[in-house]
Amino acid sequence: MAITKVMGIETEYGITVPGAPDSNPVLASSLLVNAFSGRGRKVRWDYEEESPLRDARGFEAAREPETPAEDDLGLANVILTNGARYYVDHAHPEYSSPECLDPRTLVAYDKAGERILAESARRAAELAPGGRRIQVYKNNTDGKGTSYGTHENFLVDRATPFARIVRDLTPFLVSRQVFAGAGSLVRDHHDGSVSYQIAQRSQFFEVEVGLETTLKRPIINTRDEPHADPERYRRLHVIIGDANMNEVATFLKTGSLAIVLMLIEDGAIPGDEWQLANPVQALRAIAKDPELRTTVERRDGRRLTACEVQWHYLDAAKAYLKDRETSHWHAEVLERWEAVLTQLEEDPAKAGRTVDWVTKYQLMQQIAKRDGLDLQDAKLALVDLQYHDVRIDRGLYHRLAAAGRVERLVAEQEIVRATSEPPDDTRAFFRGRCLAKYAPQIAAAGWDAIIFDIGRETLQRVPMLEPTRGTAAHTAAVLDASPTAEDLIRNLQS
Amino acid sequence: MARDSGGGAEQKRRPPGKQDAEQEATQASADITEKGEELKEELDALLDEIDDVLEENAEEFVKQYVQKGGQ
Repeated sequence: MAITKVMGIETEYGITVPGAPDSNPVLASSLLVNAFSGRGRKVRWDYEEESPLRDARGFEAAREPETPAEDDLGLANVILTNGARYYVDHAHPEYSSPECLDPRTLVAYDKAGERILAESARRAAELAPGGRRIQVYKNNTDGKGTSYGTHENFLVDRATPFARIVRDLTPFLVSRQVFAGAGSLVRDHHDGSVSYQIAQRSQFFEVEVGLETTLKRPIINTRDEPHADPERYRRLHVIIGDANMNEVATFLKTGSLAIVLMLIEDGAIPGDEWQLANPVQALRAIAKDPELRTTVERRDGRRLTACEVQWHYLDAAKAYLKDRETSHWHAEVLERWEAVLTQLEEDPAKAGRTVDWVTKYQLMQQIAKRDGLDLQDAKLALVDLQYHDVRIDRGLYHRLAAAGRVERLVAEQEIVRATSEPPDDTRAFFRGRCLAKYAPQIAAAGWDAIIFDIGRETLQRVPMLEPTRGTAAHTAAVLDASPTAEDLIRNLQS
Repeated sequence: MARDSGGGAEQKRRPPGKQDAEQEATQASADITEKGEELKEELDALLDEIDDVLEENAEEFVKQYVQKGGQ
């Protein structure tokens, strides 16, 4: 029986300081985080349960495979009252959403991250009047050979063999970009020609399975760091997605993946014949074709389009959910999934209201036509970048949304609420509420624990190893009955 | 639109019913054209608005957008 799919999204944002190309990005990222978290006591992140070198295949990397977080130490790293983590990672400000139980809630918290970054930049500019302004982009490449990530996380049953996840999920992740890609112009290193690819991240993946995330990026990442009871759970760390501006795209990419993982846990995907002959090659070939006609080869020799691979998963998902008790969001995912695949197969242009790469491509084509430009023109490269600007008044996605040209899913007031209030149906509720109420008595906090300093000889660690506990239903009463952290610890222990 | 505009001479030889239908079609086509022009105006206005918010000096701005690698 598939387990409840707790999910979240972490995004490393791109930043720039116009007019000051040599400014230090680590410092700028820190400025943003500090500007938002303000002068109050900042709660330290608890690293105790972090083990990024542990591999899902059952071993621990002998040495640091990547640049260690050395230069990140001591940098801004805080927990927000909405249950999210906001910090500096690899010279980027990173926002990790709180744990959510359904993709629509996750959209609200993902968009809340954009608003938090925009507000951070605004406050940072206020703190340094007359100074340079930091601008923030929710994208995944600078167009010069560098990528930074947007990772999705899903709670998976530890009992599911990892090899089965690799086998059954790879074709899905390779083809998902048809509706989840955010698109980007790519310059060929050899002849300097410029083309449009449907996903930003696809060109940066080199291997099928692996532990690394900054070099030799794998389609399936094996980092085994559950941030939960390791006997029962894995956290599948999906590093292959693009950052989406479109709310429907975020809803669909996480919702469909969550359902596919349920199928995998229950062995409901007939696997072997759907294996791709060369997943990395297929990933790149699909990305390069905005017509979506490219076919990729299966191990059995048959060739399919990316949409056909997706139909296979959708059909399996429909059959699987048909006779099961479903959550309220399952039906909406299936409907939207079918609608977008139908549109993309008829004519990709039809998906311009819900698919980021289509929306952006259409805008570029309209501007190119009016101004008589070709894809090489710097103006289109700017459109490619500024589509992802998080500012409501300057970001091109936001201008299109304001003009009613893209479909939205979540009301703005829900997004604003999500910048400060935690979701109420996961442990993020307890984390966020504790932060809001007892911050001066919290020594450190992480995904799976909060450590209180209430003046006793030892620190008091409250473990939260079960992501579906610590909800409003479980803890609202005890939080309400505990005016101070001392009261809370006493009430939890009794 | 082009399809309907060239049929003037032929129309006279057609029975009245057909002519009505033809007129309706012409009207519908005119509506579509009007709608199409509206859409085009909307798009032009949107593209102008986007021109207004785009960063100045596109080439320099894009050139300076250089990121350190991430995950």
